[in-house]
Amino acid sequence: MNPQPIVGPEAEKTPELKSPDNAASVFQPHSFPLYRFFLEVTLLTKFTARYFKEVLKPPYEFNELIRQCYLIGYKSFPLVSVTGFIMGLVLTIQSRPTLAEFGAESWLPAMVAVSIIREIGPVITALIFAGKVGSGIGAELASMKVTEQIDAMEVSGMNPFKYIVVTRIAAATIMLPALVVIADTISLYGAYIGVNLKGDVNVHLFLSQVFEKLAFIDVLPALIKTLFFGFSVGLIGCYKGYNSNKGTEGVGEAANASVVYASLMIFIIDMIAVQITSFMM
Amino acid sequence: MTEMEKILVEIEHLKKAFGSKNVLMDINLRIKEGENLVVLGKSGSGKSVLIKCMVGLIEPDEGKISVLGKCIGDLKEDELNQVRKKIGFLFQSGALYDSMTVRENLEFPLRELKSKKEEKDQLVVEALQHVGLEEAIDKMPSELSGGMRKRVGLARTLILKPEIILYDEPTTGLDPITSKEISKLIIEIQKKHNTSSVIITHDVECARITGDRLVIIKEGECVAEGTFTELQSSKDEWVRSFFE
Repeated sequence: MNPQPIVGPEAEKTPELKSPDNAASVFQPHSFPLYRFFLEVTLLTKFTARYFKEVLKPPYEFNELIRQCYLIGYKSFPLVSVTGFIMGLVLTIQSRPTLAEFGAESWLPAMVAVSIIREIGPVITALIFAGKVGSGIGAELASMKVTEQIDAMEVSGMNPFKYIVVTRIAAATIMLPALVVIADTISLYGAYIGVNLKGDVNVHLFLSQVFEKLAFIDVLPALIKTLFFGFSVGLIGCYKGYNSNKGTEGVGEAANASVVYASLMIFIIDMIAVQITSFMM
Repeated sequence: MTEMEKILVEIEHLKKAFGSKNVLMDINLRIKEGENLVVLGKSGSGKSVLIKCMVGLIEPDEGKISVLGKCIGDLKEDELNQVRKKIGFLFQSGALYDSMTVRENLEFPLRELKSKKEEKDQLVVEALQHVGLEEAIDKMPSELSGGMRKRVGLARTLILKPEIILYDEPTTGLDPITSKEISKLIIEIQKKHNTSSVIITHDVECARITGDRLVIIKEGECVAEGTFTELQSSKDEWVRSFFE
């Protein structure tokens, strides 16, 4: 985490954390990266706890949730589709020579399908999602903060956290699994094209080879982990944007940090998910 | 001050620091019902921090703020939100929600109001008529000029019929003619709705038009208080220099 002073509402409630100036002149803990890391983790944990508290509390912002699902999910569909298609096509083309060396070309559809469904589809789609949606949320919220729109909601007696943060995180959590299912499907179509570039496999044979090797245990954990990927993308984007307080410079920083930390979280969650799945199998 | 005069806002020994910088040192203020109080001061003197403390956007380090008889620091979130609904706040930039149209911006504070859509629509139209912008109802904030954004912001502030309105630099960034129009609008609103207002500004012309009483803040402290004419002829050279 970069060694910048903590700013924003979380720091406002914890005055001793908000600026290095507040620290004793002899000992300035903010200059230590490890201190700042734990501080950031603590603030993110508080932010997450607030999300779970607010998400269950009525009134519910269904209209805004649907609007966010449209903006976050539907608007990401073209990008995710193109990426999914290329992913399937390229993976098939790249895998063929190696399998051909062992005379196992007939395994190509099954191998590509398992790779896509289990790992590549969810991770690549989540990374694309973090780049598009995470940065968008971070920049949008930071911009709202800079232009006092969040303060304006607060002084009108509304709960901006519920309206802005809860809906975006929920929409990201709901929409990413849906996008991954779409990306996986299109990716398999890309794989089918890839198989037929140097071969002649009809759709029925391709699909039977795919589903012969795909088990329930391949699909379900992959979908469950995408819920966590979506949640972390929404959470980090909102956290970085909502707590941005450094003018227009803060908008860029929030967008950038949202993508970087969300991508990192995706890999960490994936690593944990793989361990759990391996244990179960 | 007569005993009959109702005090809507009372600030006692307010202190606020950001890091090592003391922004508000010891502010004491009272705002009466129906009064327009202008807070003058140089940029960075803590004027905006003062009104943000009044609505609980910034937590003061020390001191007590009572608004409509309620101590802001002692209120729970729900209670604070109820008080906030009786306070209008016009932000320096207008703070319009840029993903919403003007109509949606004005409807936003009405979301929790349990009335029919037609009634809400009527309130939106009335508020826009009040600021002379009914034709902008379906425009996006990005399509509006600076003066129009301030007017829409003012309409959004007025829609819940607040008892107190806080204006943060209402004329900053506007040309002299639009500034004068906004200042006159502030007076009109006060007369029509009998609201009390706190107007934060460093625009002397705006202070002259809108202020019943003026307070000057210097380095986080109130250094002068009185009517425009009284302060204009103050013995303190620094205070007088504000009006030259």
